Amino acid sequence: MIRKKFNIWPYLLIAPALLIVTFVVFLPVIEAIFMSFQQYDLRRPDQIAYIGFMNFAEMFSDPVFWQALKNTVIWVVFGVGLQFVFGFLLALLLNQQFKGRGVVRAVSLIPWATPGVLIGLMWKWIYDGSYGVLNDLLMKLGLIDQPIIFLSQTSTAFGSVIVTIIWQGIPFFAIMILAGLQAISTEMYEAADIDGATRLQKLWRITIPSLKNVIFITILLRVIWVANSVDIIHNMTGGGPSYSTQTLSVYIFNKATVLDLGYSSSMALFLMLMLAIVAIPYLRNSFKER
Amino acid sequence: MVKQKSLLQKTLLLYLPLVAIMLFLLFPFYWTFITSIKPESELYGSVVTYWPENITFTAYQKLFGEFNFLLPMFNSFSVATITTIVTLTVSTLAAYAFTRFEFLGKKIFMGLFLTNNMFPNVLLLIPLFAIMRSLNLLYTPISLVIAYATFTIPFSVWMLTGYLKDLPSSLEEAAMIDGANRAKAFVKVILPVLMPSIIATGVYIFIQSWNEYTFAVLFTNEETRTIPVTLKNLIGQLGVQWDLLTAGGIITIIPVCIIFFFAQRKLIEGMTAGSVKG
Repeated sequence: MIRKKFNIWPYLLIAPALLIVTFVVFLPVIEAIFMSFQQYDLRRPDQIAYIGFMNFAEMFSDPVFWQALKNTVIWVVFGVGLQFVFGFLLALLLNQQFKGRGVVRAVSLIPWATPGVLIGLMWKWIYDGSYGVLNDLLMKLGLIDQPIIFLSQTSTAFGSVIVTIIWQGIPFFAIMILAGLQAISTEMYEAADIDGATRLQKLWRITIPSLKNVIFITILLRVIWVANSVDIIHNMTGGGPSYSTQTLSVYIFNKATVLDLGYSSSMALFLMLMLAIVAIPYLRNSFKER
Repeated sequence: MVKQKSLLQKTLLLYLPLVAIMLFLLFPFYWTFITSIKPESELYGSVVTYWPENITFTAYQKLFGEFNFLLPMFNSFSVATITTIVTLTVSTLAAYAFTRFEFLGKKIFMGLFLTNNMFPNVLLLIPLFAIMRSLNLLYTPISLVIAYATFTIPFSVWMLTGYLKDLPSSLEEAAMIDGANRAKAFVKVILPVLMPSIIATGVYIFIQSWNEYTFAVLFTNEETRTIPVTLKNLIGQLGVQWDLLTAGGIITIIPVCIIFFFAQRKLIEGMTAGSVKG
């Protein structure tokens, strides 16, 4: 066999993308690791110095950090979990035949394409305690007597922002799962019909097993995305009242905007490690496939 | 034999739940729009109206007149356009290499692009802020273009690799046998066929850059502010002037909607291809 001649072309072709990504992703990650071991507060630039694990020690004794960590888990579990449930439902509906299906499918994706700031603004107005439409609807239906200040009290604020992230994520799930549904061959369902399978049996025995891959990848992508999202919470509540809606990424962002870069880097590093644990099965999978 | 479903069955199992979900998904947009055309008296009255009794466009006039909404629109537009062009160029080249060549380290390089999606924005934000500051790029549009490459390049490489895989290599091989070199074959044969996919990817990049908020807050100032940051500042400045805020929101979403509908079919195809096959 002739040994293949070394070809420089593929390397030249990936070089520009690789260079940019190295500059904007890999170097910053390394820089962030260094910063997490420093006192790096741009409000006190003369005091920047290496302080070992002090940032991490501060982090683990910071009650706000623990609250944010707990909130992140709730945010991701309920946010992504219910996005999945409703997204799945919408996909099943869109997979049926009806007039105008293409238009409905396209329109249903708009929340996904909407900027987070606008999402925060729209829902903040819907939830408004004095003139909000949600209070008006609930009162008209006789479910409440007094308007609720949804975003300003700790008992309702977090639930309200979670509803918003669910709203934002339903379309993405629906579209991904719909594509998976359309890839299942109809023969399987026909065979099941001949055997007299019920609707539920078909869903449980054919549909869900065939969608395993799609569901797995979509959930992973959404977990990473939702855990990292800042703009919706930041614009609805800013993390308040009394930290009840503050997730880790919002806390990191708030610390970074007041220029305490060392401390926020160490928390961001912690967040990345947590997500890496979640993402390892996904990466292993993609390496095998490609 | 196909069983004909009764209308009642179809209503209960399809139309009713579909209408319920679509109402939930679309109502916020409806509410935002009618708020923006309500006169103030109706906004803060004791009765909530579900369609304005008097329609007014003063909020939009004020937004462009008093608040100079055109500047941030222009900023957002230029940042998103430059990001799209740069990202598409480098990503198409890389995706071509990944699908048409076998080379040492290919898997590792592909893995590098994939792992990119894992890094939290907030993690990159902090060192990038420090780097931009030391390069004197802070508060310039360039800093945003560079920052947006962190999430647009990995995603575009992934999407374009998927599209290119579906194009048989026999396409350009035939042209190369006819004497065209690889570059010429790419431009003459691949590019025209790939164009719809490139446009769809471009739409994705454009929307993401247009919407981005966390980097934009830290990397822009009065002059270079983009739309989402302006909207956020408006919330801070105006507090409860919801007619102006919602009008700003409607202006923000219109360009996104237009280009999204323009490319949605191809975009959905590209987004879902990787996960369905993989």
